[in-house]
Amino acid sequence: MRAIVKLVTALGFASLALPSAAAIAIFACEPEWGALAQELAGDNASIYSATTALQDPHRIEARPSLIARVRSADLLVCTGAELEIGWLPLLLTQSGNSKIQLGAPGYFEASQFLAKLEIPRVLDRSLGDVHASGNPHVHLDPRNIAKVADALAERLVQLDPGNADAYKARANSFRERWRAATSRWEKEAARLKGVPVVVYHKDMSYFINWAGMREAGSLEPKPGLPATPTHLADLVERMKREPAKAVIYSAYNSPRAAEFLSERAKIPSLMLPYTVGGTDRAKDLFGLFDDMIGRLLAAVK
Amino acid sequence: MKRVEVMALAVAAALSLARPAAGQVQTQTGGPRGENAFNPGISLILNGIYANLSQDPAGFKINGFVPTLGEVGPPNRGLSLGESELTFSGNIDPHFRGTAIVALTPENTAEIEEAYVQTLGLSYGLIAKAGRFFSGVGYLNEIHAHAWDFTDAPLANKVFLGGQLGDDGIQLKWVAPADLYLDIGVEAGRGRQFPSGPDGGRNKNGSGSGNFFTHVGGDLGTSIAWQAGLSYLSTSPQDRTYDDADSTGATVTNGFSGRSRLWVLSGVLKWAPNQNPTYTNFKLQGEFFRRKEGGTLAFDTATTAQPGDYSSRQSGLYLQGVYQFMPQWRVGYRYDRLDAGTTAIGLVDSGALTTVDFPILAAYNPTRNTLMVDWSGSEFSRIRLQLAQDKSRSDVTDKQVFVQYIMSLGAHGAHKF
Repeated sequence: MRAIVKLVTALGFASLALPSAAAIAIFACEPEWGALAQELAGDNASIYSATTALQDPHRIEARPSLIARVRSADLLVCTGAELEIGWLPLLLTQSGNSKIQLGAPGYFEASQFLAKLEIPRVLDRSLGDVHASGNPHVHLDPRNIAKVADALAERLVQLDPGNADAYKARANSFRERWRAATSRWEKEAARLKGVPVVVYHKDMSYFINWAGMREAGSLEPKPGLPATPTHLADLVERMKREPAKAVIYSAYNSPRAAEFLSERAKIPSLMLPYTVGGTDRAKDLFGLFDDMIGRLLAAVK
Repeated sequence: MKRVEVMALAVAAALSLARPAAGQVQTQTGGPRGENAFNPGISLILNGIYANLSQDPAGFKINGFVPTLGEVGPPNRGLSLGESELTFSGNIDPHFRGTAIVALTPENTAEIEEAYVQTLGLSYGLIAKAGRFFSGVGYLNEIHAHAWDFTDAPLANKVFLGGQLGDDGIQLKWVAPADLYLDIGVEAGRGRQFPSGPDGGRNKNGSGSGNFFTHVGGDLGTSIAWQAGLSYLSTSPQDRTYDDADSTGATVTNGFSGRSRLWVLSGVLKWAPNQNPTYTNFKLQGEFFRRKEGGTLAFDTATTAQPGDYSSRQSGLYLQGVYQFMPQWRVGYRYDRLDAGTTAIGLVDSGALTTVDFPILAAYNPTRNTLMVDWSGSEFSRIRLQLAQDKSRSDVTDKQVFVQYIMSLGAHGAHKF
């Protein structure tokens, strides 16, 4: 018992001694929001990203390490729209932290500020793992990033008014750089207009919509269900009739199904970073879109 | 009512028009409205089983250990329906969250498995819970049967916790403010189930059972997550009865009164490449139980009710590994072993009765080997085949084959680590 008391005291002091300079502890559910928080908060926050680009954000275990981080967080920045439904509710209820509960200022859901694509007209699980409020992979449209940035900057000011000027200055700087980058990406992506691609999961829909590309099929027969031989055979047949320019998949997907289709249908398979950290070049949000567009342009030329 | 709905629709339409539409983006026209919009999350678990048993399940017992009155035996032979679980959960207000889980049994009765409220609004890592809930003793006890990796509970959970311990009580838990996960919790309960007694709890104002637990956990590198736990459950059973046969073979009811203390050491380790369990993952899980009981054992409470001293020191463990070798498919192996340890019965030592009068308590170390393979159609459906060689009974080996389905519909569940 005494040993436990000692351990607890030691841990308590250790945590007090940690980042006293950083005003806000931010828990980002996905790397894209961690990167955005980094742009907007800089040194005024300590940022922890719960997941990496090599993980499927639908399928995350509510690990003890994540509960520990949520316990001490001042602000949660997540996607919402049911993307984290299998794990975030547990982190919330197990953390004993009132600051980041649903409805509190420390709870920030990016998707709330955005219009969603692919809102199902029929809600039924026979259609696969569909989300009632629409496709939750919202960050792959640069216009969405701009909207979320504005809302997140506002939230940072609300939570940490003492540093309001710093947040506003960073938000203005980011807005400027993002606007310039977006118009550059729009020009570059003009060559992608109308290009048909086969996706793995419906996690590229916002990018495809933004770039004006066309989704010619998906490796998953239904959202969230793994590819089956019959479904892949169907896709091969379909590619013979109307070939797509590429099979794209995310850094967290296994390349096997994409390579299978690529070999049979003689179209290139292409891994895309999907989020920050998915490739070396996608080291921040700017690099993410540079690399997404760069890889697609190289593959379809 | 109708007017309100019309107005709500009009407001919703106005809002959706006011929202900037970009490209082919569909604007949201609002979710459910009206009274039903605040319904709690509802889900239903359906399960059924086919059992092929080489031994009659009616004669099931775990030799060497006091029977628990819990649901510990194998299911009926042949096809049978399992318990259908109906779950309701939702936030009550900014301060509280509520959960109720009702099991509809194949015998057409309804049982409250859990019904509790817990705090959302406390800070400093504190979480309080009140109502009926599965105790935080050990690891598996808190997890619902539909989320278990095997069809049935480990033998140790059967003899030390009556299968699964769900008490009426309160729980207070504190999560430490550190990057390493650490929690400490206490529970006080009515003591309505084994190892407390009598069944349903004692007639007294204070609590009938107390539990202390602590967990530590974290990540090791990029692919391993772990958690270790220690708990101490202390109860004071009064006339905790069980049935046995005396030396003539006649059924007698014996009753224990005294103190029961249980220590459980548990560990879970999960491996998934880059913490992405989608394609392959492995889970190693084990618990070690040690129990000390001391007090009086009354023989044949219905007639003579001869009292005598009683003490026992017993232990048990299980260790299991489950490997997902490709999407949807998992295999698992579980090893169970119980150690009857030492049991001292005063009535036997004094010569008043003999060990033949307490056949179930005769020293025996039960073991079981279990293999399973399951296929999950999605996150919501699972079909499992399980084979076991169960040596719970000292005289026979029960060869068991189970085929089981577990499916859930409704609200998307989130499972504990």
